Parts: sequence; C-alpha cells; structure tokens
Amino acid sequence: MSRTSALLRVVLAYTLLLACTLVFIAPVLFMIIGSLKPDALVLAEAGSLRAFLPDTFSLDNYRAVFERVPFGAYLLSSLIVNGLIVGLGLLVNAFAGYALARLRWWGRGAMLGLVLAVLVIPFEAIAIPLFYQLSWLGWRDDWLVQAIPFVANPLAIFLFYSFFLGLPRELEEAARVDGAGVLSTFFLIVLPNAKAAFASVAIVLFLFHWGMYLWPLLMTTSEGVRPLPLGIANFYTLPPLQWGDIMAFGVLMVLPVLILFVVFQRWFVRGVASTGVKG
Amino acid sequence: MIRRSRFTEAPAAWLLMAPGLVGLMLFLLLPFALAVVLSFTNLRMASPLPLEFVGLANYTLAFQETALPRALLNNLLFALVVVPAQTALGLALAVLLDRPLRGRTVFRTLFFLPVVFPLSLIAVVWVLIFAPGPDGLLNAALGVLSLGLWEPRDFLNDPSWALPAVMLTSIWQGVGFQMIVLLAGLQAIPRQLYEAAAIDGAGRWRQFLHVTLPGLRNPLIFVVIVTTILSFRVFDQVRIMTRGGPQDASNTVIHEMVRTAFDQGHVAMGAAMSVVFFVVILGIALAQRRLLRQRGEVS
Repeated sequence: MSRTSALLRVVLAYTLLLACTLVFIAPVLFMIIGSLKPDALVLAEAGSLRAFLPDTFSLDNYRAVFERVPFGAYLLSSLIVNGLIVGLGLLVNAFAGYALARLRWWGRGAMLGLVLAVLVIPFEAIAIPLFYQLSWLGWRDDWLVQAIPFVANPLAIFLFYSFFLGLPRELEEAARVDGAGVLSTFFLIVLPNAKAAFASVAIVLFLFHWGMYLWPLLMTTSEGVRPLPLGIANFYTLPPLQWGDIMAFGVLMVLPVLILFVVFQRWFVRGVASTGVKG
Repeated sequence: MIRRSRFTEAPAAWLLMAPGLVGLMLFLLLPFALAVVLSFTNLRMASPLPLEFVGLANYTLAFQETALPRALLNNLLFALVVVPAQTALGLALAVLLDRPLRGRTVFRTLFFLPVVFPLSLIAVVWVLIFAPGPDGLLNAALGVLSLGLWEPRDFLNDPSWALPAVMLTSIWQGVGFQMIVLLAGLQAIPRQLYEAAAIDGAGRWRQFLHVTLPGLRNPLIFVVIVTTILSFRVFDQVRIMTRGGPQDASNTVIHEMVRTAFDQGHVAMGAAMSVVFFVVILGIALAQRRLLRQRGEVS
C-alpha cells in the first residue's frame, strides 16, 4: 500500500467518525445548552445555530426544577430503589450462581433448567398480573415494591454461573481441605476473586433499572416514592410547558449515570459485552 | 473428588439458592401463570360483575376489536427496519473503531453514550428535535441539507411519520450497544486469519466477507435476536412521544396492553395480550436456539 492511500484511509476514517460524533452528540449538546437558555428561546432557536451557540447563559432553569417539582425526592427514590436492586441483587444472584456452578446437590440440574427457562419471560408479559398480585396483598406505592421483584434476576444468575464455572477450583479446594465450610469458602475465597463478575453484573443491573418507567408508572401514585423517569415524564406533561426547565431536569437526571459511566467506563463496556458474548 | 462432600454440600446449596429461587417463583413464574389464567376470565378493574371464565373470548375480541393487530404489524415493521439498520450501523462503527486510530476510546465512549441514557429522557429530548414547523431542529436541519426544498412537517402527529420518528429515536439510542458487542467480537478474531487471507491475495472487501463476517457469526446472531426482542417490547418512547397515535399509526403491543389493562381497566384482555406477546417472544427465542444449534455451538 502506498503512503498516500494509507493517509487517505486515515483521513476518510476520521471524517466518518467525526460525522457520526456529530449525530450522536448533537441531541445531547442540544439538551445541555437548552438547559442554560430562557424557556421561550429553546424552541424558538431550535432551528438556527443559536440552538448550539446561545448568547445568554443562566442557571434559572435549574433553580426552577427544584422549585416546580420535588426533584430531590425523585432522585432519592431512584437512588434507593436502584441501590436495593443492585445491592441485594448482587448477593442473591451470586449465591444462586455459585450453588449452581460449584456445589454438588440433588436438584441442581432442575434449578439450572428453571433459571434458563424463566430467562425467556419478558417483564412486560407479567407486568399486569404482577400488578394485580401485589395489589391484592395491598403492597404498592413504596420503594420496596419497586425494588424487591427485581432482585432475583435470571440473567444475573446466569452471568455469575458462567463466571464461577471459569474460576480455577484449586483455591476453593485448598480452603475446603483446611476445613472451611461452603459459606466461609464463598465469602473469604471466592468473593475476593470475583470482583470482575460483580462489577459487570452491578452495571448490567443498574443500566436495566435506572431508566425503569413502566413498573413505577403502574405501582406508584405519590410523588414521594416516584423515580426520576416518571418525574421527567410528569414534568413534560405539566403545563405550562417550559422546555428550558425540562432540559435542566434531563441534565440533572443523567448526571449520576454519566459520572458512573466515565469513572467505570471499562467495566461498562466489559459488562455489556459479556452479556453478548456469553448470551 | 471428595465423595462425602455430596452430602455436606446439599444444605448449603439450598440455603444459597433459596433467596433467588423464591424471588423467581414469586415475581416471575407465579405472575406468568396468573397471566394465563386471567386471560380466560372477565376481570375488569372496579367491576361489579362476578368473576367467571369466558374461554377464548378475550383473545378473539383482542384481535377483532382492539388495536392489537395494528400494534403487532407496527412491531413487525419496527423490527424489519430497526434490526437491519441498527445492526448494519453498529457493524460499520465497530469496523471503523477496530483499528489503531488515535482517540478511538473517545469515539467509542461518545457512540455508547446514548445507551446509558434513560429512554424516558431520550424520548423527551427527541420530542423537541421533532418539533413541528421550520423552527424544529430536524425540520431546520433537513431544510438546510436539501437547500430549502424540505417542507417542514409535524413528524409526531403525522400518520406516516410517527412510527419512523420512533424508529429513528430507537436506532440512535441503541446502536452503541450493537457496536460494543460486535467490537468485542471483532477483537476476538485472530489476526493470523487476516494475514493468511491477504497472502492468498484477498482484498479488504473479500477479507471482510470471508474472515470478518464468519468470525462474527455468533455475536451477530446475538445482537439480531436481542434487537428483535427489544423491537417487540417498545413502550417508553411510544408512551411519551406519540401515545400510540395518530390513529394507532405508532401503537405497539405493550402500549396497547397497558392502555387496555390500565387506561381502560380491562385487565383480562390486557392479560390475553401479554400471553400473545409472550408467544411471539418465545418464537423468536426458539428461532435463536435453532440458529445457534445448527453449528453445534451452543454450550
């Protein structure tokens, strides 16, 4: 290959990449810049370059978000619900994955079959009966009802199961020969060696549930327990429509995810890819 | 190995399995069984009528009198457009980034960004992008690109544009996922294969056809299946952007199910739609198994 054609290739690749970047980044920039503009101008200037190069900046919209809706309450609900799902989910699903991958017991095959079978049931197919089931129990409109049904997760169990299968057995066997029980082996030997699996599953669980919209829409009525996705949907239908405020809400809503994403980027990519490679 | 451990491990195993098992039973299997049972009853929200079994009535009525057939068709169209478009774009981005370019991590991060955004937020931002009139962002951009030939329209309230608008939003949001999975797949293809092909005189394009694509077989099947299933699960965007309108032009199965069961209180009919939806998903999942089995690659 000649030098000029190699150079041409690189230039072409960068041109394509930059064009794509524009497409991916424009809506995000539009949101961020819209959040800093007076409400009326967000829509009025959307058609001109002023949408991306505003002449005035202010944080008024951010103040309005806190004054017009209970943003803090939405954020708190989202954090608590997701904290419960990820925290409890890691424990419960890692336990199950370990029992399935490593222990020899009667019923193991049947349990593994069960996990693989329910992997196919999409949440949307059970949303209505689950809503009824829990309403009959009088259980609705709190944080727990948004979290507990999602703690046991067949995909997470399966990811842990595959990870533990691939872990070398020697360490565990040494511990067991030294007289350690199953549980202490799990906590003292297996856990410290499974950080990668825990990080991947934590991110997958978090990504699946941070944007959850259908379930809280069905189960909650009080603003005090509603999460951010419902908050922005409500805000968006709350007259008068103030686009600047809505964009500010959006920025605040995505900020925690962005911070996590930037800090743990490697794990995000690995977590998402692991669902794909093993799925 | 140690024979006696078979007996000592069983109690610990059940103890570890128990919380997950209870959760799966209570919150997945039981409601699923309930969906099937409810779909044969006349259950309505706040109805004075006694509960009774009505056989297949909900299924026939769902197909005859609700927007379910239209919704299924829309989901199918959605899958037919979004799956190939998103996979092709994801593959193109992955191939572009699978080379030693300066700044590729930055590009990868940017393209993946929309995947971590909540769909409800993306839907709201895109409502604004699709805003009607010459001042709408997309209308204005198309006006500039077409040198003023583009006639501004109200995308989300136009029966022929509402569904494509939802599709475009979904492709923009999801393509980064495809890219990441395919990129991981690309990096697993041994470099020697490319070198061997090059020695045999294969050009870039032939290398792509005969080395890259076969090497990506499983990741490609995986992303196609996942995207197809997601195409039938579309709800958030539709609820926020169009509410299924205008005239059901962008209605989807899940949206129709929620509208029937909750907005109209017809729980049993909604349950019947859940069962129909599950059968569709099951069909896709079984097709996936078939495809993967053909080469005996499923573990």
